[in-house]
Amino acid sequence: MTDKAFPYSEKVMDHFMNPRNMGEIDDANAIGDVGNPACGDMMRLYLKIEEDKIVDAKFKTFGCGAAIATSSMLTELLKGISLEEARAISNKAVAEALDGLPPVKIHCSVMAEEALAAALKDYEARSGGNGSN
Amino acid sequence: MGDDRKIYFDHQASTPVDPRVFEAMIPYFQERFGNPSSHIHTEGVRANQALDAARGQVAELVNSETDEIIFTSCATESNNLGLRGFLKANPDKGRHIIISEIEHYSILNQALKLKDEGYEVSTLKVAEGGLIDPEAVENAIREDTALISVNLANSEIGTIQPIKEIAEIAEKHGVFFHADGAIAVGNIPIDVKELGIDALTISAHNFYGPKGIGALYLRGGNNISPIFEGGFQEYGMRSGTENVPGIVGLGVAAELASIEMPKRIEHLQKLGKMLWKGLEEEIEYINFTGHPIQRLPGHISFWIRYIEGESLLLMLNIKGVMAASGSACSSNLKGADEEDLAASHVLTAIGVPAEFCSGSLTVSMGKDNTEEEVRYLLDIMPEVVEKLLMMSPLYADKLRGKDPYSK
Repeated sequence: MTDKAFPYSEKVMDHFMNPRNMGEIDDANAIGDVGNPACGDMMRLYLKIEEDKIVDAKFKTFGCGAAIATSSMLTELLKGISLEEARAISNKAVAEALDGLPPVKIHCSVMAEEALAAALKDYEARSGGNGSN
Repeated sequence: MGDDRKIYFDHQASTPVDPRVFEAMIPYFQERFGNPSSHIHTEGVRANQALDAARGQVAELVNSETDEIIFTSCATESNNLGLRGFLKANPDKGRHIIISEIEHYSILNQALKLKDEGYEVSTLKVAEGGLIDPEAVENAIREDTALISVNLANSEIGTIQPIKEIAEIAEKHGVFFHADGAIAVGNIPIDVKELGIDALTISAHNFYGPKGIGALYLRGGNNISPIFEGGFQEYGMRSGTENVPGIVGLGVAAELASIEMPKRIEHLQKLGKMLWKGLEEEIEYINFTGHPIQRLPGHISFWIRYIEGESLLLMLNIKGVMAASGSACSSNLKGADEEDLAASHVLTAIGVPAEFCSGSLTVSMGKDNTEEEVRYLLDIMPEVVEKLLMMSPLYADKLRGKDPYSK
């Protein structure tokens, strides 16, 4: 698997084969649901936020190896950080944490960033607007 | 499990060179290195004899005359020479060509280029099983139709086309008919006389010959113009010093295929049936693609609802099974950007929606695969599929009664 001709880094393969935080959070208070049907990628990010801190993060993803690995890595990066810090996480940071992605797979990390943005927006809507659903 | 098992189930992509083929090629690298165009000395003559022998072996495989076979560098070249060479030699035949929507890129992209050059292209739709309707071919023919080109068998979904029926229609209207036999020749019986086709693309590495060598059958042998400018090799239709070792390899591969084909087909049909049945029983959300009967032996293709093809392929590879996916995301992993990703044109053609055809898998078995290997794949599939289902938000939705596949 460390073969240079193989398109994915060892870290990508590790997160693909042993995804961290895969699943759903029953009492999540932020959900980000994004997808790119043309490519067949779809990611759902669940966050549990308490006092501006992400106490738990989980995901479900339909997609290629890179999509699953970026989802897994994103949840790892998010757990235990503040909302402020979460807002600063870019797709580049996720890709870098995975030791890079093949150029054609950069959109998978963009999807992770979008899922995060969607989840944070969802949280704001819930807490700012009607309170809990 | 900890075993280093390697099971190769991607014979539509390429096959290993048969040891007997390899053995036959070896002398032509060093001992018998002569150029066939050196007619006067011993080495040149020996190289020429090797060419003649191989031409005979390939002709025998497809039941053509010896001088109707032209050696090329690969199936892509044969497809280009077949179409472009004919159009170049017959500029008065008209500016309209007919292909199908499930052709190989060497036909599809060529057709696009021809369009740029002023040709009109009719692209035939296929039915659900991937079959081209001969009647649709007839309806597409116009006064100015110069040629028709369709693939004899499709690599992704395994469907074998009604070539004889299409050839009869082409003949009736006096239209040149080229069949792309790249993955069919050497694997299923093909008789160019019985089929009545004008040109046929042949690829060595799809039937246990080496890469870098192909051939083009041309009825009557001389109705095309060369597309390379050069010397007088291959009856003046394909210049360039012949790849003698490759040609020898193609010849021996053809001879072995002629002899062993019935046995190989019987074996592959047995494996194919076993895999088909096993998958149907074990995998709940499976949808087979291609034609159930009119298909390549040992070729099984399918997609699985709620899961994506590349991730399935990656997991199988980790477990030692190498197959292919029509998934957009695995189509060009080495591409520069997302533009290089596109849902398989073959799967979308047979009616699988782009967002759902990404679960597609092609398992193409070869003569040396065993029942034990099929059993191993059947053993690991349920576990791999289950793992991906558990990750899938689409499957989670389905469990909640919001099935994305039932519209």
